[in-house]
Parts: sequence; structure tokens; C-alpha cells
Amino acid sequence: MIRFEPRTNVSSLFAFALPIIAGITALVLAAIPIAAAGGEVFAAYGHIFKGAFGSKFAFSELLARATPLIFTGLAVSVAFRAKLWNIGAEGQLYVGALAAVAIGTGAISAPAYIMIPLIILAGMIAGGTLMLVPTLLKTKLGADEVVTTLLLNFVVLLFVQMMLEGPMKDPMGMGWPQSEPMTSAATLPKMFARMRIHWGLVIALASALIIYIMMKRSVWGFEIRATGENVSAAKHAGIPVTSTFIKVGLISGALAGLAGVSEVAGLKGYLTADISPGFGYTGVVVAMLAGLSPVGVVVAAVFIAAVFVGADSMSRAMGVSSYIADLVVAMSLICVLISSLFVRFKIRFVRPKKTPLVAKGEA
Amino acid sequence: MPETESGHPLLSLQNITKIFGDLVANGNVNLDLHAGEIVALLGENGAGKTTLMNILFGHYVADQGRVMVRHSSGILVDLEPGAPQAALEAGIGMVHQHFTLAENLTGLENIVLGTESLFSRRFSRSKARAKLQELMQSSGLEVDLDLRVSKLAVGERQRVEILKALYRDARILVLDEPTAVLTPQESDSLFKTLKLLAAKGMAIIFISHKMAEVLGASDRVAVLRGGRIVADLPTSQCDRHQLAEVMVGHSVQTAERKPGYPEDETLVFAGVSAGDGREQIENVNLALCKGEIIGLAGVSGNGQSTLAKVISGLEIPTSGSVLLNGKPLKASAAAAIKSGVARIPEDRHHDGIVGAMSVEENLVLEEIRKPAYQRFGLLRFNEIRMRAQEAIKAYDIRCSGPLAVSRLLSGGNIQKIVLARTLDQQPDIVLAAQPSRGLDVGATADVHRRLQEARDRGAGVLLISEDLDELFQLSDRIAVIHRGHICEPVETEKLDKKQVGLMMAGQSIKGEQAA
Repeated sequence: MIRFEPRTNVSSLFAFALPIIAGITALVLAAIPIAAAGGEVFAAYGHIFKGAFGSKFAFSELLARATPLIFTGLAVSVAFRAKLWNIGAEGQLYVGALAAVAIGTGAISAPAYIMIPLIILAGMIAGGTLMLVPTLLKTKLGADEVVTTLLLNFVVLLFVQMMLEGPMKDPMGMGWPQSEPMTSAATLPKMFARMRIHWGLVIALASALIIYIMMKRSVWGFEIRATGENVSAAKHAGIPVTSTFIKVGLISGALAGLAGVSEVAGLKGYLTADISPGFGYTGVVVAMLAGLSPVGVVVAAVFIAAVFVGADSMSRAMGVSSYIADLVVAMSLICVLISSLFVRFKIRFVRPKKTPLVAKGEA
Repeated sequence: MPETESGHPLLSLQNITKIFGDLVANGNVNLDLHAGEIVALLGENGAGKTTLMNILFGHYVADQGRVMVRHSSGILVDLEPGAPQAALEAGIGMVHQHFTLAENLTGLENIVLGTESLFSRRFSRSKARAKLQELMQSSGLEVDLDLRVSKLAVGERQRVEILKALYRDARILVLDEPTAVLTPQESDSLFKTLKLLAAKGMAIIFISHKMAEVLGASDRVAVLRGGRIVADLPTSQCDRHQLAEVMVGHSVQTAERKPGYPEDETLVFAGVSAGDGREQIENVNLALCKGEIIGLAGVSGNGQSTLAKVISGLEIPTSGSVLLNGKPLKASAAAAIKSGVARIPEDRHHDGIVGAMSVEENLVLEEIRKPAYQRFGLLRFNEIRMRAQEAIKAYDIRCSGPLAVSRLLSGGNIQKIVLARTLDQQPDIVLAAQPSRGLDVGATADVHRRLQEARDRGAGVLLISEDLDELFQLSDRIAVIHRGHICEPVETEKLDKKQVGLMMAGQSIKGEQAA
């Protein structure tokens, strides 16, 4: 028999080690289907590692993939800190990208030092505004933001598809549903020649630092943490809970919108309806793996990106499907969720004792 | 009577030890319970009463020791540890402090819940009802079985809980702080019922920290302190003072009542109505003066929490006006704090502190936006730390330091955080809702002293409490709230506890006003 006993104190080392253990466990568990598919487990993981860290090119690819995940991971972690369950980073990413494309493909022509801040601002406003809708629905009407943010993702994606098939379709795009390319002034420069890694990464790292300082050292962060940990005590202590939620919603949405800007202006150069292979949803995994810490988000994003990039190259080398990456990511989320159980409870195995049953009542 | 005082007790706890981390919750506890006996388990908060009962009922497994119950053959057998089902089958019924009833089901449905097999196609309502009718008649526990539990008053819910245990043929009844939510009169009737049940051969344990009911209702008193039984003797051999000392472990000094020197009116309610449902308040008129303590007596759930919310700025009255020093009180918690209202919330874990945050963070929770603790939106850690160290010292908050996680502190120390945070802002008004609920004797005396100090400094204190001893000990005037109506406060000297008890039950409020 297994018994759960609540832990009274959790050592910080333990809390720190858990996501790492969860990641490793996920890798071990994912070995089972690899073996079942007939692949050599060690060789496969070797290829994944080499594909992610094996060369300068691979590493740059890894960081390019980690960039949007840092943004969406931060977006989710800020929101979850306040217990505002933003599952809509995917949609916010797309409106951010759409906003960047709307002004970055020739509508405005200005030098890069104006254009780049402009598209960044536009993406943040678009993402933030989109997240404002479910936030207000939550604070004013009590609508469950899990449902509203999730469903908005589909609305936004359809809207983006409509725009790409209609008004924003590239006339030179050979009929493909894609936007016009970003002007060169509205493009985030590459950091190194012939590599895909771009200045979006620097913006992502700077965002992580800003969020870290905000959460740890600012009154806003204090109020966000208090609201998230105990909303009624926060309300009772005079913390403006509603405006804190709105602030959090705007910040979270803006960060996810930045992911879209960074992808469209840094990597792809134009917008398509499949620009994000679920970066918004993977952001939830990143944030959970990171234990909602902004610094942890960077580490977790790199880990997840490594799994994705490595799995691509492994699948080319070994013929094992790259779906294995999705599997590892999903497993690591499950492992983290399960491990959070270990943080809160001590698990003890006890042998059930056979005892004589006592008769009902005495007569 | 079928049960006789045969050699074996009905229930025997032997050498029970339970350790949580460094804390010995129960150390080598021995307790026997005989048929026909009412035992009071007395102890301060954290003395291990609830842990012991949870072990008995199978919620926890003891690290050492055994729980034994008398088998039908008359011998003692081990109860399977960690199995509430086994405890139920052995005839142990438990009435928790916080009721475990499904609010959307009727009393009858709640009682039979879990007694029917999942696979039986339908249960026989009439059979269950007949059995319950009989039980109600023999025990005097009258409840409307067909009303949804959400519509039942607290006392009625408790009766449903007891009936639930009786329906399962309980021989041993455990009640955890059964009178916490009852009026004095309801408590009396509960103890009458318990005596009746004991006379029929049941064995009853009730947990309490109220001396009066322990002395009045039990046959035997067991006192727990620090997880150990420090006294186990017949009630007839106990006296109040001695029990208090044994319970606390040292002699106790309670705050003496000192008269206040009331000055001008500061907080004035004029025809205020607010809230809805059970917690509604209607046409409340009340004037609190500087330098006095008004005690508001009443059974919980009669509108106290709405009144507290209005004063706290968390609820807008539907009609009437609330004036603070002549100016209307704004309906916002932040505004209330700013205009000098200190609020000590009823549920300090839920509304008082953010458990996951540190002691120092909780100490500045209300003032975090003040320039003393932030500059340009960034926290001033040194100032916060200094403030925390000063408060920890001044209020004797027992914790490992300013960074200790508040959730892990005892109730008394959590209350000290709330007191330090609110009273150190030199408030004009102190709203203290159930400030000593669940606190031990020492912490209670501390809370009382702080409230008196605030009053002597010139603050008007509104003390909402269910504990008549506390109200009579502290208040300059006492008012009673019943079903949302508040009577005119009367000088404490002109009242006695019995009168107030009757008023709490809704009787002769008009008569009192004439007196």
C-alpha cells in the first residue's frame, strides 16, 4: 500500500533538483518507444545530443529554436505566478506576428532603429490586448480563463489564415497563403553570418532578466506573488487585485506577442499560418519545468529546444520518427507534474497488516 | 442496559506515538474509554488532540502503539491502522469540527451516503428513514431529513453528523470541538443529548479547550500537553484553575478588565444594510467611540462577516451610511487602511496572511506601496528587513527569522504577524473578528493585551466574538447580533452571560434594550 504524507518543509536543493530529475526520467521513459520502434536507444540519444550540441551550426539552430520558447515560457510563468491560467500564448504569438507584419512589410518606411522598436511595440500591444480580453472576462464576469484563452487560440489562427488568404496575402507569393516579406529595416539582424540565430535571442534574454527583477525586487512582483498565492489575503490587505490581474495579463500577452515578432522578424521573414509548431503550448511545459522561475525558463527552453532540434537530426540519421521529441516534451511535463506531488508529499510504502475484522456493534 | 462495566474498555489507545519531522505530535499516549462514559480531551492548540483523533479514526498511522477496540466477544482486538473503513466498521463515529456533509444533498441522503453498495440498484429509503426516525426519537436529535444541508443551520448540521454516526451503529463517538459554532443554549442541548447517548452505553470523547463545558459535561478529563497526557482524572476531582495550569504548563495570567475612557464617536453606522442570504445585515445603527471596546456577541453566521467586510472596505452597503470621523468610509480595502482602520480578519490563514510568503513580506503586506518600503516601484529590502526584525522582537513572533515561511508558523504567531502589521500603523479603529479563535491561553492573553493597549491609546475597538468570556473580559459595552440585526450596546456591568446567551439565540432583544 502507498501512503501520501504531507511534507512540512521542502529543502530548496530538493525543489531545484526535481525538474532535472523529471527531465532525465522523461528521457529514460522515452527510450521505451524508441526501442520498440527498433531504434538503438544509446545511438539515438547520441544523435540527439550531437544534433543539438555537436557543432556550432547545431548549437545556433538550438538557440534559434529556444528563442520563441523563452518568450512563451516567460509569458506563461508570469501569468501562472498570479494563478492567471494563460493557455493562450499560441494565439498571442500569432497576433504579435500579425501586428509586426502589418507595419513591417512596407506600410511604414523608416530606418531600422525606428522600425525595430516599432514592430516590437506593436507585437507587444497586440499580444497584450488579446490577453486583456480573457483577463477582463475573468475579473468582471468570473469566466474561466483556461477556457477563454484556449479557445481564442483557434479564433486567432483562423483569423490569421483569413488575413493570409485575403488582404495580407503576398501577391508575389505564387498563390501560397503567406504575407509579404518584412522590409530589411524591419528585420532583426542575424548575430553571426550564415547562421539562423538572431537578435531575438538577446531580446528574449533581456526579457528574462527584466521579468526576474520585476518578480523579485519590485512592488509589482510582490503584489503579483501575493495575489497568486492567496488572493483573498491580498484583497484584504488592500492590494489592488483586479488591476494586478490586468497588469499580469498585459505583460503575459505582450511577452507571447514578442515571440511572434521575433519569429517573423528574426527567423522566417514573412508570416505563414504554420509559423509556430505549438510554441505557445510548449511554453506551458517550459514554464512548469522551470518552476515558474524566469531564469529557469531560459534553461528549460534550451532543454526543450535541444530535444526538438536533436530529434530532427536523429530522425534523419536513424529513421526513427522525430515525433519522439513531442513524446519527450510531453513526458517531461507529466514527470514535472508528478514530481510536484513529491514536493508536497512524502511517499511511504507500508505493508498492509492482516487483522481480524471486528464485528459490527455488540448486542 | 446491554453494556456492562465489564473489565475491558470499549476503546484502548496504547502507547501511541506520532512524530512529524522534529515535532512529537503524540508521545506515548495511553487512553482508555469505557462504555457509558464521556471523556473530555483538553489541550491547547498544537497539543496533539486532533492528531490523536485522526490516528484513532485511521486518517494517520501511528509510528508506534496500538489502537484496540472491544470485539463482540468481549476481548480487545487491534484496529487496522490507517483504515477509516475499519474504524467505521468497529463502531467509531467521528464528528469533525468542519462538517463533512455534501451541501447539495438532503440530510437523509448525507446520512446513508457511503453505507450503500455502489452496485446495489437502489437503496431502500423507507427502511433508512424508519431507522433514523427511531434514532431521532431515542436520542432527541430532531432534524428535517428532507431539507438540503445547505438550508440547515449549523446546529442542525451537527445533528445530522451525529445521526450519521449513530446510523452506522457507532459505539464510540468522537467530537472535535463540537461547540465551536454553537450558541450557549445549543451547546447545552448538545451535551444533554451526549449524556443521554452515554447513558445508553455509548462511549464519547469530545475535544475542547473551553474549561466550562469540560467541567460541566464530562465524566473524566484527559489533558494533553506537548503531545503527552499530563493528566487523566475524574471531572469531580478537577477545578478550573488547576486544569488551566496543567493544560498550559505554567500559571496563567489573563488580561484584567480595565474600563476605557470613551471620547467622541468615531465610527458611526446609520441604517446600514448589506450582504444577502444568511449573512445579511439590516438597518444597523451603531456608534463606536474613541477609547472604548464594543463587544459584538453572536453566533457565527448571523451577519458578523458582512459587518466586518463593510468596515474592512470589502463590501459596499446597499443602503445607509458609514461615517468614519465624520467622513464617509470608502468601499476599498486600501482606502480603509489609509483612513486608519486596522482589520484583524476572522480567518487569519485565509485572509490574514499569504502563507507561502515570508514573515517579513507579510509584515509589510498592507504598506508595501508606502515610500518607506519602496522607491520608484522597487522594494527597499533593508527597510523591510529592519521593520520585520523590530516587529518580531516587539511582538515576540516565534520564527526562525524574517525569511521564515509564514504558513509553517503556529496560529498564535500568525496572529502576532497580523497584529504587528495592523496595530503598528496607529489605527483609529480596530476591527477584531474572532481574534483569539483557535489560539492557546498564552497567545489569547497577548491578543487581549494588544487590543486593550490600542484602546488605551485612543482607538475605538470593535471586537466580534462568539466567546462570551472574552467579550465580558474586554468590552466596555456589549451589543448582540442576531439574524443581521444589532441591538443597542449596553454597558458590560449591566449584563450577565445568560442574558447575552439568550439574546444570541434571538430572544427578548427588545426587553434588553428596555433594561
